[in-house]
Amino acid sequence: MHKKMAFSFPDEVLEHVFSFIQSDKDRNAVSMVCKSWYEIERWCRRKVFVGNCYAVSPRMVIRRFPEFRSIELKGKPHFADFNLVPDGWGGYVSPWIEEMAGAYPWLEEIRLKRMVVTDESLELIAKSFKNFKVLVLSSCEGFSTDGLAAIAASCKNLKELDLRDCEVDDLSAHWLSHFPETYTSLVSLNISCLGSDEVSFSALERLVGRCTNLKTLRLNRAVPLDKIANILRHAPQLVEFGTGTYTADVRPDVYSDLAGVFSSCKELKSLSGFWDVAPDYLPAIYPVCSKLTSLNLSYATIQSPDLIKLVSHCPNLQRLLVLDYIEDSGLEVLASSCKDLQELRVFPSDPYGAEPNVSLTEQGLVAVSLGCPKLQSVLYFCRRMSNEALVTIARNRPNFTRFRLCIIEPKTADYLTLEPLDVGFGAIVQYCKDLKRLSLSGLLTDRVFEYIGTYAKKLEMLSVAFAGDSDLGLHHVLSGCESLRKLEIRDCPFGDKALLANAAKLETMRSLWMSSCAVSFAACKLLGQKMPRLNVEVIDERGPPDSRPENCPVDKLYIYRSIAGPRFDMPPFVWTMDEDSGLRL
Amino acid sequence: MVLEKDLNLDATELRLGLPGSSEESLRISNKRALPNMNDDSGVAAAKKCDQETAPPTKAQVVGWPPIRSYRKNSLQTKKTEAETGGMYVKVSMDGAPYLRKIDLKVYKGYPELFKALEDMFKFKVGKYSEREGYNGSEFVPTYEDKDGDWMLVGDVPWEMFINACKRLRIVRGSEARGLGCVV
Repeated sequence: MHKKMAFSFPDEVLEHVFSFIQSDKDRNAVSMVCKSWYEIERWCRRKVFVGNCYAVSPRMVIRRFPEFRSIELKGKPHFADFNLVPDGWGGYVSPWIEEMAGAYPWLEEIRLKRMVVTDESLELIAKSFKNFKVLVLSSCEGFSTDGLAAIAASCKNLKELDLRDCEVDDLSAHWLSHFPETYTSLVSLNISCLGSDEVSFSALERLVGRCTNLKTLRLNRAVPLDKIANILRHAPQLVEFGTGTYTADVRPDVYSDLAGVFSSCKELKSLSGFWDVAPDYLPAIYPVCSKLTSLNLSYATIQSPDLIKLVSHCPNLQRLLVLDYIEDSGLEVLASSCKDLQELRVFPSDPYGAEPNVSLTEQGLVAVSLGCPKLQSVLYFCRRMSNEALVTIARNRPNFTRFRLCIIEPKTADYLTLEPLDVGFGAIVQYCKDLKRLSLSGLLTDRVFEYIGTYAKKLEMLSVAFAGDSDLGLHHVLSGCESLRKLEIRDCPFGDKALLANAAKLETMRSLWMSSCAVSFAACKLLGQKMPRLNVEVIDERGPPDSRPENCPVDKLYIYRSIAGPRFDMPPFVWTMDEDSGLRL
Repeated sequence: MVLEKDLNLDATELRLGLPGSSEESLRISNKRALPNMNDDSGVAAAKKCDQETAPPTKAQVVGWPPIRSYRKNSLQTKKTEAETGGMYVKVSMDGAPYLRKIDLKVYKGYPELFKALEDMFKFKVGKYSEREGYNGSEFVPTYEDKDGDWMLVGDVPWEMFINACKRLRIVRGSEARGLGCVV
């Protein structure tokens, strides 16, 4: 009787229904309803997301999803961005490309983050996937312009080539010329990370000229200001544009040319680039400012007055990245001009200076939290903070989903009361009920973690540095944060007890990173033995952990759930704690 | 406090030691004790094990503040220029195996620049005249300006030159003929 119910819809109908379900979470949920839904779903899943490339093997993915067209893979832990993960740790994409090259000639899209990509892999992609359309490499490394040349030469249907924040070995600017003259399908090109002094301008102009569907173009620093006008003339339909160096001797003809060409870009919504800005050239973009929704000035070393003028022209701004040159005064203007602001990132212009070089304090953040009702996402570097300000911010803006605060000097106390900032961050998690991501800084005791464990029920990612007093802090987080997926900790006095007591929790998370903490080698071994579905990696450049007493803390620890078992591509300074031997070299 | 009780390791089976033994006997008979939960010397214990004598100074803290390298690099270039006011340009010479870099701001004028180049590359700049360019030398100093054009060094006033000069190239006289040089 029940069987009849399960087959009441033909497969095709279910497939059609599933085709409206795009998000991975929902797709995963669908696949768990019953066996037949699992089967139908796996055959029609077109986009696969693997948040940790070591959590599953390429073969397992291919076996389960025989017909996917798009894959997204992430490799190194987030702290690799700040040089905490030694070179050679892993995150190689080649095994994936090799497996897919054989199995999936119809693969269309590859998106990678923090992975090591070689020219060989790029060449294999170019050769194997005839309908390849999208390559997004985010914070990747290991390849050169030779690999890019292969992609350009062979991928006739390429629509998107995005190299955001990659480290590319710039061997030759001529890779751009490898796009054949017949190639016209480019929609999005982001080469802003390329470092070479020479860019083949003529090849770039010709490419831009013949790709009439181009919507996104982000140039690199090497493209001088006077070349921009020509490029934009070929592409007035651009929606997103990143300049190169935005400075030149002030020449009225260059200026008016530029201003004219910007005026003709009626669709432009996003601007970026702006290295080495000459303030006199900024007004050239005023014609497009009223339509701008996204502005990245995080390389623009211009002072507050120029920033204020610019920002006041952009009432529809939703996303702003800027240096702390904007100062509190600039943020106040932002708060009154940009009521649609959703995301703000303020970067430090002088991160290693002992004294503040600009007048940017907690007041700027308070102003923005008060004035911008839609503000959800903040990354803010500053030098002082108070509990009072944080409580005000939390009360003003309970709709924060991402709150990342970096007080530059570690363990900085509330500058008014000299107390820890526990109460302030406590208010953030208490008022912002939908908070998904949080980064802490300043002087913090175990108390802040108690607040986090109690209130941050939707928190998915937490970054902690130089905080806490004892294992209790870690225990609060692991036992209280129900939605926690990623936890990264550095330089905190957290040891074995909380980790071992919450071992089961680790299987519900994607990963845990702990460096310069107090977790002993013995605890790592124990965890590795007891939890077969966790890979417990000890990363220690001082040498094998068993050359020191067992209770010595390990330097770095990376724990992640995996159904692929321990990996075999580890460098000499990484050991996986294994169920069999307790130590795998 | 409720949560301290939660950290009851006996309830989970994961603890360091044989089943049946209590927490106290977990102390490994070793000179170095387990990190004590109640003090914040966890990090201190780490240091004892490593026999490090001093905590890392601010300058040594890796990865803090958490800024991506490309941002750091982009700021540093700007800072160096702003602080030192240097105008570094690459200098190449035909036949030399590698390039050099010089700071144009340290020279007061063309004579000093030429002296420095002559010392660096072991050649002699000829005598400059507006009409004929450089006479009496096989080598001629040229520079690339902001428009990407290659120009003869010395035609324009010094201030204008250092603002326009992107890189220098010392060419063999035979190649410099087009720049008005008489060999």
